[in-house]
Amino acid sequence: MMRADLALIYDWVPEGARVLDLACGDGTLLEALARDRKVAGYGLEIDPDGITACLEKGVNVIEQDLNLGLANFDDDAYDMIIMTQALQALRRPDLMLDEMLRVASEGIITFPNFAYWRHRVHLGIKGYMPVSKSLPHAWYDTPNIHLSTFNDFEHLCRQKGLIISDRAVGNGDHEGHWSSRWWPNLFGETAIFRISRGQGHKRSRAQTVRNTGELL
Amino acid sequence: MPTTLPADSVGLVTPQTAHFDEPLALACGKTLEAYDLVYETYGELNAERSNAVLICHALSGNHHAAGYHGKDDAKPGWWDAHIGPGKTIDTRRFFVIALNNLGGCHGSTGPCSTNPATGRPWGPTFPLMTVSDWVCSQARLADRLGIERFAAVVGGSLGGMQVLQWTLSYPERIANAVVIAATSRLSAQNIAFNEVARQAIRSDPDFHDGWYGEHGTLPKRGLKLARMVGHITYLSEHSMGAKFGRDLRSDALNFGYDVEFQVESYLRYQGDMFSTVFDANTYLLMTKALDYFDPAATCNGDLATALAPASCPFLVVSFSTDWRFAPARSRELVEALTRANKPVSYVEIDSPHGHDAFLLPDPRYQAVFGGFMKRITRELDLEKGA
Repeated sequence: MMRADLALIYDWVPEGARVLDLACGDGTLLEALARDRKVAGYGLEIDPDGITACLEKGVNVIEQDLNLGLANFDDDAYDMIIMTQALQALRRPDLMLDEMLRVASEGIITFPNFAYWRHRVHLGIKGYMPVSKSLPHAWYDTPNIHLSTFNDFEHLCRQKGLIISDRAVGNGDHEGHWSSRWWPNLFGETAIFRISRGQGHKRSRAQTVRNTGELL
Repeated sequence: MPTTLPADSVGLVTPQTAHFDEPLALACGKTLEAYDLVYETYGELNAERSNAVLICHALSGNHHAAGYHGKDDAKPGWWDAHIGPGKTIDTRRFFVIALNNLGGCHGSTGPCSTNPATGRPWGPTFPLMTVSDWVCSQARLADRLGIERFAAVVGGSLGGMQVLQWTLSYPERIANAVVIAATSRLSAQNIAFNEVARQAIRSDPDFHDGWYGEHGTLPKRGLKLARMVGHITYLSEHSMGAKFGRDLRSDALNFGYDVEFQVESYLRYQGDMFSTVFDANTYLLMTKALDYFDPAATCNGDLATALAPASCPFLVVSFSTDWRFAPARSRELVEALTRANKPVSYVEIDSPHGHDAFLLPDPRYQAVFGGFMKRITRELDLEKGA
């Protein structure tokens, strides 16, 4: 049984695509994509247990810290780039978006939606930083240093001139519930976006490498 | 050596010799008309002959990779930490072959062997070997042992270079490649260290241009120096510091040039030991093989293009404090492999032990390497064995 957001992504990846999966975890998604859809590619991961699990599965995994950018991958080397539940833990999510859409023309990103109603209740009524299934950490030990909302991400994509070709929410048991479809920013627990380069978005590799070296 | 062998040891092993009469044309233009290869095997070759693993050795390594030659051996083979029943390379599943490369000094034909054309030892006239030459000779040993395709070819350092060459020379004969603490080519700094080692040997008055055997001498001082320099590059600053610090052998400074610091004592001891068991001409030849290796050279330095023939999955492993073949060198290889769309996994093991880490046990190293081997075991359906 695949995690809800992974199951959705699985359906969005075209047959035979060349894929880079950033923060690939134990390789579940890549393994399924390789087996069922002839997808080839690599997973990037830094968690030792995840890496070992990938090796045992036969998933190509490269130990790499995403905060150092993707300078070791060429422009347009992949058809699809995926990053699940990692954007919020990066030092500069905005620059990572640039890097992702330099390496591939299309990307899928998932992250916990900070504006999910339960999170709002935590913060707005109880007065505590939200802790939930999608945000299980306490404020002091969380790896999630750049939390954002469904709306925030759409805003950033607009700023960058990126095209959002599809979006969805993962909601635990309430997948596809009417409320989360109509008000994803309020009722979506996990935000899932499918994005691609807009006009004039692409920047030179040199520029990206320089930026990521300094800032990521 | 314990009075009883450890349960996870391959136990007592006996080296074997394979003689080859088929001439071997070498990269240097010369031909070895006939030669011997000394090797050891651990585990059993299965009926399908699909479970063979080849171990390629590094600069000063040999065919004795695991187990003991006798009950009185002080130490097991050089990679005993990783080869044995239940170990990373599990001999209950795999049939492991380790050989001494040509040009070596542990039984395979090399500078100490007799040149049939002259009736004298080859000495310094033994042809310079390349990694490709070695791989070619290893393939012939595989033919002899009835192995069409290796489940994996594995090696660290110079051994890793041989693994890489296997994927290019015989892509159809290697199912998996494990390249550990290696590089696709030496840096200027690496070559510089090798040249210091060579000069140390060649400038020893007992070297006699490599004809020390005929002069009844041994260039022990040169070989000792070469090993001392080499040994420094195998360790990390941290591991040396942790092991020796600035500890003195006696209580106070004695204002002389005898051994004072523990690290001096250690290096001299290592050098002395090595100079009595290793052949100087072999050492020179091995360092040259290291220097020459550069598969990208034929492709204008473009490694990704050079890797085109490779087709098997790679596992590339580096160690954080290895400054001889630093993680950056492994990452270059991985980058070229990904650029060439080859299946590759890469792991950098956090270890304080420098280049030597590839020889030592380490939980994460074993988990990673073992995980990769476990997948091979599963895919080849080798689990039924034990």
